[in-house]
Amino acid sequence: MQDIATDTTWVEAAPVSAFEADGGRAVLINGTQIAVYYFADENQWYATDNMCPHRGQQALSRGMTGTEGDEPKVACPFHKKTFSLKSGKCLSGDEYTIKTYPVKIENETVFIGV
Amino acid sequence: MDTKKQKLIVVGNGMTGYKFCEKFVEKGLGEKYEIIVFGEEPWAAYDRVHLTDYYTGTSIYDLKLAPRTWYEENNITLLTSAKIVEINREQKEVTAQDGKAYAYDTLILSTGSSAFVPPIPGIDKEGVFVYRTIEDLEAIKAYIPKATKAAVIGGGLLGLEAAKAVMDDGLKTAVVEFAPRLMPRQLDDAGSQMLQAELEKLDLEILLSKSTRQIAGNGKVEAMEFADETTLEVDMVVVSAGIKPRDELAAKAGLEVGPRGGIVVDNKNQTSDPNIFAIGECALSNGMIWGLVAPCYDMAEVTASNLAGDDKTFDGADLSTKLKLIGIEVASFGDAFGQTDGAKPIVYQNLTNGLYKKIFVSEDKQRLLGGILVGDTSDYNMLFQTYKSALKLPAAPESMVMSGIEGGGMEISVLDLPDEAVICSCENVTKKRLVEAIDEHEITNVGQIKKCTKAGTGCGGCMPMLDDLFTAKLAASGKVVKKVICEHFDYTRQELFDLIKIGGIKTYPELLKKYGKGKGCELCKPVAASLLASIWNEFITKHSTIQDSNDKFLANIQKGGTYSVVPRIPGGEITPDKLIAIGAVAKKYDLYTKITGGQRIDLFGARVEELPLIWKELIDAGFESGHAYGKSLRTVKSCVGSTWCRYGQQDSVSFAIKVEERYKGLRSPHKLKGGVSGCIRECAEARGKDFGIIATEKGYNLYVCGNGGANPKHALLFATDIDEDTCIKYLDRFLMYYVRTAGPLVRTAKWLEQLDGGLDYLKQVVIEDSLGLGEELEADMQKIIDTFQCEWRSVVESPEQLKKFRPFVNAGATDDSIKFVPMRDQKRPANWDEIVTAEKVSEPA
Repeated sequence: MQDIATDTTWVEAAPVSAFEADGGRAVLINGTQIAVYYFADENQWYATDNMCPHRGQQALSRGMTGTEGDEPKVACPFHKKTFSLKSGKCLSGDEYTIKTYPVKIENETVFIGV
Repeated sequence: MDTKKQKLIVVGNGMTGYKFCEKFVEKGLGEKYEIIVFGEEPWAAYDRVHLTDYYTGTSIYDLKLAPRTWYEENNITLLTSAKIVEINREQKEVTAQDGKAYAYDTLILSTGSSAFVPPIPGIDKEGVFVYRTIEDLEAIKAYIPKATKAAVIGGGLLGLEAAKAVMDDGLKTAVVEFAPRLMPRQLDDAGSQMLQAELEKLDLEILLSKSTRQIAGNGKVEAMEFADETTLEVDMVVVSAGIKPRDELAAKAGLEVGPRGGIVVDNKNQTSDPNIFAIGECALSNGMIWGLVAPCYDMAEVTASNLAGDDKTFDGADLSTKLKLIGIEVASFGDAFGQTDGAKPIVYQNLTNGLYKKIFVSEDKQRLLGGILVGDTSDYNMLFQTYKSALKLPAAPESMVMSGIEGGGMEISVLDLPDEAVICSCENVTKKRLVEAIDEHEITNVGQIKKCTKAGTGCGGCMPMLDDLFTAKLAASGKVVKKVICEHFDYTRQELFDLIKIGGIKTYPELLKKYGKGKGCELCKPVAASLLASIWNEFITKHSTIQDSNDKFLANIQKGGTYSVVPRIPGGEITPDKLIAIGAVAKKYDLYTKITGGQRIDLFGARVEELPLIWKELIDAGFESGHAYGKSLRTVKSCVGSTWCRYGQQDSVSFAIKVEERYKGLRSPHKLKGGVSGCIRECAEARGKDFGIIATEKGYNLYVCGNGGANPKHALLFATDIDEDTCIKYLDRFLMYYVRTAGPLVRTAKWLEQLDGGLDYLKQVVIEDSLGLGEELEADMQKIIDTFQCEWRSVVESPEQLKKFRPFVNAGATDDSIKFVPMRDQKRPANWDEIVTAEKVSEPA
C-alpha cells in the first residue's frame, strides 16, 4: 500500500462501524462493487473487487478471510478459490488475479482509493 | 543488452506453443532471446483437451492456460488474431496477414493441426461442422435449434466427445465409424462391444463399418448415404474423423513435409532448415504424428532445453490413455492388442455391469505388456506403472484384473515403483522427484506436492497415485499420518472437540490464540464454528465471521448470488393453511419454488436484503428455520404410515415428526438426514439416510450410516424390534458419538468405514456402552435439545442482526448484477454467459 500514485482518488466508503471485524463487506463505488476486509487484531484494512473471476459472482465480500503463511487472503464462498488480499493473486492454483485497492481510515471513516 | 539478444519467433499459440513458452520462462531463455508468439485465434492459448467443458458452460477464462498478463510479466510478446502467411528463409523473416514482416534467428513452428475432413461428396452442405476450435463449437451450438437429429462421423476419442456434447443439447445422435469397432486405436473388438453396449444404454446410436458415400440434401444436410446402400436421415453432421497437420506454411517455404502431411523433423525437432524447428501436432517425428498432449509437451520441452544448451531428444512416447467417455471409463496402455511374441491374455469380463479388463503378460508371466480396461479404470495407474517400470508380476497375475472381486486386487504398492517411474505423464514428474519434494519441503498435504512439482495439474489422472504415494511415504518414514485440519491447527477435529469442551473455549479467537497460529482460513473456521455449536449450542450468528456463507446468512447461496429459503416441515406433514402461506410468500417475493427430496419446499431467488422480510412472514405463519444451510439435521422423511396406509405397521409420520423435532438444529460434521418407514415396503427410503427407522410388527428396526449422493450406501441394521424410547436413546448416543469423533465433512457412512472395528464396535459403544460414555452422550444431546432456538426468529427480532442483510454497507441500493431469465412460468438465474456480453469474452488484444 506504499506505492500509491499521487493521482489516487479517495472515495468515502462508509464509517468504520459499518464493517465487520475479521470479515468482509461490500461497498458500491461509482457503480463498481468493492469488497472491504478488516483484520481487527492488526488493524489492517484491504479492498478488492467483489467479483470472483472464476464464475463471475459478486461474492468475495461474503467469503471467509484468513491467512496462508503470512499472506492475508479471502476464500470465495462459491467454490473456495482463495486470493491474496495484498497482490490479488489467486492462491489456490488458478491463474486469476483480482484487482486490489488502497484503503485509508480518517476520522473513523473508510476511504477507498480508485 | 537487448540488441545482443537473438530473435525467437513462435508460430502458433495452442497447447504446445504455450507449453514451449512455459519452458522458455522456466529455463530463463529470456536472457538470451527476445520472443514473439503469433496466434491466429483471437484468444490466448486454451485447453483444447477440455473443449467439451466449454460446450457445457465453462467459460473461456477457465480454459485459458494463462492470462495475457502472464505473457506480459514474462516479457513474451503475444500477438493474437495474427496469422503468419509466409516464411522467407533467405531473409529469415516471417510475414503476418497484415503484411508486416518480423525477423527471426530461430523459428519454432507449432501450428498444430486441423480437423481432417474426408473428401465425401456433399461435405460442404449447410449443417456440416467440424469439432475442433471454440468457433466450431459456437457454430454447432447456434445450429442445434434448427436440427432434429445429428450424426458424428468418427468413433474415436474426439468423435465420442463430440457426440456427447451434441446429445446433451437434446439432439438424437448417431456415431458413424468406418472401422468395425469404436476407438479402433485403443480397443479390441470385445472392449469396443462393451463400450458400445454402455453407450447405447444412453440412447446413442452406434453405426460401425460404415463408409459414407455422400451427404445428401438440397443445399443443406438431409441424409447420409453409405456404401452398403443404407441411409441415415439426419439434418446435422459433425466431422471428427481425425487430424491433419497444419504444414501448409512450412510446405510453401520449401521445408520437407511427409507424403501424408506433417513437417519432417529429426529427434531434436529440427526441420530440413537448421534454424527452424517444428513441435506438436504439425510435426512428423519418428515416423508419425503425435496427437496426444503428453508427447507434444515433451517435444516443447526438448526444444526449449536444447535452446538452453542441453542435448535432449524426443524419441517417441507411450500412447497409453485413460479417460472418461460420457461417464464410461476407458483405458488402454502398452501393447494393448498383444502383438508381442508369446503374449498371453488374461481377461475378466462381466456383461451385467459393463466391465471388461484384458491384460497381456509376457510368455514367462513375469512382465506386464499392456492392456485394455472398460468400465472401471481405477487400477490403471498401478497397471500402467507396472508395465512401464517392467515390475515383476505377482505369482497370480490374474489378481491384477480382479480388483473389487473377492481375493483379487493389486499386490504392488506405489513405493515399490522404481525412482524413474513417471507418475504424472502430463508434466513428466517422476516418483523420485515427488519423493524428494516430499522430503525437502516438509510437505503436509497433497495440494503442496501439486504446487511445488506441478504433478497432477494436467489431466489430473494421477491424483489417486499422488495420494497413495504421499500416505505411503509418510507412513514408511514412521510419521503418523494425522488428518490435521489445516496449517493453522495441528490437531484433528476430534482433538479440537476435546480441547474446546474441556477447556471451556467459547469463541474462535480464543481457540486460535490458545491452540492455533496465523489468522485462520476457510478450512478451520467452519470446523470451529460447527464444534462450538455442537458443544455449546449458542446462537451461531454470534460467530458470524467464521461461518461459511450459508451459515452466515442462514440461507443457501445459489448461482447468481441469491439465496434459497427452506422452512422446516417436520416429517413432511403440512396443513393446507401452511401450504397457502408458503405459496403467498413465494408469490409476493417472486421466488422459484421446488419440492425437495426431503419432503419440503425450497424457495429460490431471494436477495440477501429480502431474507429477513421473507422469514418474518414465514415465522408469523408458524414456520421455523429448516437448517438447510447448515451442516446439521436436515429432514426426517416419512411415509404416510399406519394412520392411513392399509399396510402400515406403525405410525411413521408421528415418529418422524418426534425425531425431527428432537434433533433439529443439531450441528454435525456433515449434514444429517433421517427417515422413518411404516413397514418393510420402505417408502420413506430410510435406508438411504444417516439413520433409518423401519417399522416391524413388534416395534422398529434401526439402521445407521447410509446416504444417497455420489457414493450411495445403504444404512446397516443396527438394532431389531426396539420400542420408540430405546430407538431415541440409541440415536442420541449414536449421533453424539458421530459429532464427537468424525472428521470435518465426513458423513456417517464414511465415518463408519474409517472407524476401527466398524459396525460391531459402534454397537458396543452405543448399545453395550463399552466405553462408559452412554450417559454423557445422552446428557450432551439433552443439552442441545434444551437450548434449541430458531435462528431466524432470533434474527428477525434483533435490529443489530438485521444490519448484516444488506448488499452494500454504503448504499441502500440493491445488487443489480443479479439477473434472472424466465423458465416454465417461473424464473432461473441467468448463466454467466448470458450476463457477460460478447465483446467482453473476446477480450481486447
